[in-house]
Amino acid sequence: MAAEGHSGIDALSQFKLAPVFGQLGDTLHISQANVMMAVASALTLLLMWVGMSPRAMIPGRLQSAAEMAYETVMTLCVEQIGHEGKKFFPFVFTLFFFILFGNLMGVFPLFFTFTSHIAVTLGLSLFVFLLVTFVAIKEHGLHFFSYFVPKGVPVVLLPLMVVIEVISYLSRIISLSVRLFANMMAGHVMLEVFAGFVVMLGTAGGIFLLPAALSLSVNVVLIGFELLVASLQAYVFAILTCIYLHDAVHLH
Amino acid sequence: MREEPGGPDGSFEERLKAARGRRGLDDPKTPKGFDPKGIESSPMGIGLRVGIELVAALVVAVAIGYGLDWLFGTKPILTALFVPVGGAAGVWNLWRVFAPKTG
Repeated sequence: MAAEGHSGIDALSQFKLAPVFGQLGDTLHISQANVMMAVASALTLLLMWVGMSPRAMIPGRLQSAAEMAYETVMTLCVEQIGHEGKKFFPFVFTLFFFILFGNLMGVFPLFFTFTSHIAVTLGLSLFVFLLVTFVAIKEHGLHFFSYFVPKGVPVVLLPLMVVIEVISYLSRIISLSVRLFANMMAGHVMLEVFAGFVVMLGTAGGIFLLPAALSLSVNVVLIGFELLVASLQAYVFAILTCIYLHDAVHLH
Repeated sequence: MREEPGGPDGSFEERLKAARGRRGLDDPKTPKGFDPKGIESSPMGIGLRVGIELVAALVVAVAIGYGLDWLFGTKPILTALFVPVGGAAGVWNLWRVFAPKTG
């Protein structure tokens, strides 16, 4: 991958999309990202389906995982949004596990992290944004626009404050998507860079073997860190979605 | 059995809680759910958050300014006008996130 044929570290080529499945994928424009999205969805379904199929009173490991997944997201919805949060449970659950599996799969070799593409995360955050706005308008009608009029502001400043509020509202799309994208991409670039060090210093041999070993251990630590970031960012995405939904339902 | 806290007189919730406590199912040390404000409380998390919030507002503001300029043919004026407003929106975003909670 990196440092192949030339001496530089090519940390960004790992994010390149390429058609898969030969001629078929070429025609239909199926890339690794699409395949991985399907795999992430399939894994989520599999976890819930296989996990819940025993329906045991005393759950086994998989059933425990499935029940915990359900309970975590349910608590998240109810605590953040309130009682109405139950309505949004399916959406938040799907979102959380789609991102979680996307992030986690990226840690394994040969897998592709589709959440490291701004196109994917921007698509997700745009969808969240549109849903939140739609819910707010459906719940409050035109009263929704009072969201952009902060209380206790002098009339002179009001036009400016409304513009600022609108920009701040729109900036959610960017901040939500960039946070996930930047975290995932940065982690994978770091991994690739240190892996490149290992290869370059390792092939140099001699005294360079020590820094090579150090880089390798850094990579081991980074993998653990990546696991943390992967689950944390999925959680952050879900919780921010819930906070935005709370704002939409309760308007302040 | 009769003298236990949340005995037969207690509500179902109380008895369940007492039973779960006896079995050690409710660990009193781990709080239920964790604080959403605490998840990104590491210095790097805060730094990243600050940067993203500031830049995101600015990006949106510049996009709006540029779009309106393109629409009205007033090339640099509205973009220039929206840049400080975007910066203000970014700071406003941050204030929302990090403002001390007063009730």
